[in-house]
Amino acid sequence: MRFTKDHEWVEVDGDIATVGITSYAAQQLGDVVFVDLPAAGKAVKAGEELAVVESVKAASDVYAPVSGEVVEANGEVAEAPETVNAMPEASGWFVKMKIADPAEVEALMDRPAYEAFLATL
Amino acid sequence: MTDEALKTTPLTDAHVALGGKMVPFGGYSMPVQYPEGILKEHLWTRENAGAFDVSHMGPSFLELARKSGDGEADHRAIAAIMERLVCGDIRGLKPGQLRYTLLLNEDGGVIDDLMVGRPLRPDRQGMLYVIVNAGTKDGDFALIERAAGDAARLIRADDRALIAVQGPKAAEVVGQILPEALDLGFMQFRRIDRDGAGLVASRSGYTGEDGFEILVPAAQAAAFWNRLLADERVKPIGLGARDSLRLEAGLPLYGHDLDETTSPAEASLAFAVSKRRLRDQDFPGAARVAAELGGEIARRRIGLRVLGGPPAREGAEIANAAGDVVGKVTSGGFGPSVGGPIAMGYVPPAYAEPGGKMKVIVRGKPGEAEVVAMPFVPHRYFRKAQA
Repeated sequence: MRFTKDHEWVEVDGDIATVGITSYAAQQLGDVVFVDLPAAGKAVKAGEELAVVESVKAASDVYAPVSGEVVEANGEVAEAPETVNAMPEASGWFVKMKIADPAEVEALMDRPAYEAFLATL
Repeated sequence: MTDEALKTTPLTDAHVALGGKMVPFGGYSMPVQYPEGILKEHLWTRENAGAFDVSHMGPSFLELARKSGDGEADHRAIAAIMERLVCGDIRGLKPGQLRYTLLLNEDGGVIDDLMVGRPLRPDRQGMLYVIVNAGTKDGDFALIERAAGDAARLIRADDRALIAVQGPKAAEVVGQILPEALDLGFMQFRRIDRDGAGLVASRSGYTGEDGFEILVPAAQAAAFWNRLLADERVKPIGLGARDSLRLEAGLPLYGHDLDETTSPAEASLAFAVSKRRLRDQDFPGAARVAAELGGEIARRRIGLRVLGGPPAREGAEIANAAGDVVGKVTSGGFGPSVGGPIAMGYVPPAYAEPGGKMKVIVRGKPGEAEVVAMPFVPHRYFRKAQA
């Protein structure tokens, strides 16, 4: 699993990347009440807006950690947004993407680096 | 604004110790939530009792400089000063009664919404208890002082703690600490002396639930707060849940649902305009307010249920069924007790009837919404039977 400074995670299997938000992000957001996910087929560049996650208090953007095309949105978090709080780094994933450039994944933080980054916040 | 510039309340240290997430609000550092989170805090308040620090607000006392000793005459004199600024019936307040009213500008726009009360005790007449909003208090107090001139003086009490206890178990909890408070019905208040400290307790709040707001001297504030929290029926509740509770209760938030361009009629607050004052047209902006209450009105504050889709928040456009934009959301979010997104906003009166189908535009996408009567969750105030 790789991580961004915006608290997204990405896990790659072949050329498919699963993307979600980290436990830290889910905890900071508080109770998630709605997740606005992109439709399959949407092409995004790394750093562009990918989804919107809504807590009781506010809406927050989720950015694409890597470039690619959305192939699947997680219907479970759309149906049961609380899944994002319960299991953010597992069944609370947001989308699966077909990645354009594997090197973009390599450039992201690994877990020790992300944890070191969290320690600076 | 830097953190250093933020003001604290007598309970700031207590919030930090409880794990409160502190944010700037109205110039103060305030807890937006505690570790349990907004959703649980909200639902706890609806089922049990929540304790809120609302010390950032502006409690004050307006007192005649020279009293005659005739309680009724002194009340009339102080009420006449306040009535120059607000559209409510202050003169007609009964001893111990509190009233929601509006400070208006010359155009009938709302400068602030506030509470004004008349003391219960015969020896305290010629004074008003006035509680204004945090973000507007300096301007409000200046306005009141200008109206008072040499005839009355304003005593700010915003260095004290103002603690709200709200929820169906609030009366049981507060009754154990301040039995005298149980004598109060909704929108009544009284002074209570306890352990050498003068407290002011009102049966009021901003959640739609039964509850109290208690003004406590700073030195006693932490002990009072801790005593409340020692009761297992009470949890501390942050500003996040305070906002979702007041939204569900259909209560407007100043600076969002009300501002200097909105009039009492537009804001659907006609109940706050006194019939006597309307007849006499003796308050700022009375001509506009009278015309609007007579039907010449451009927009009205309404409630919306968002039917599926994301919450519509402040600033989201409201469109009619044909898709034409006709208004704007002024506050909105997820209603935990409603179990879905709700919003308030302004639309032309033609669209203000409950049952109307509307759309809310969130991130460019229209979502289905329906106009509904407010409150979204029924009020459960404790009203005493008329004597």
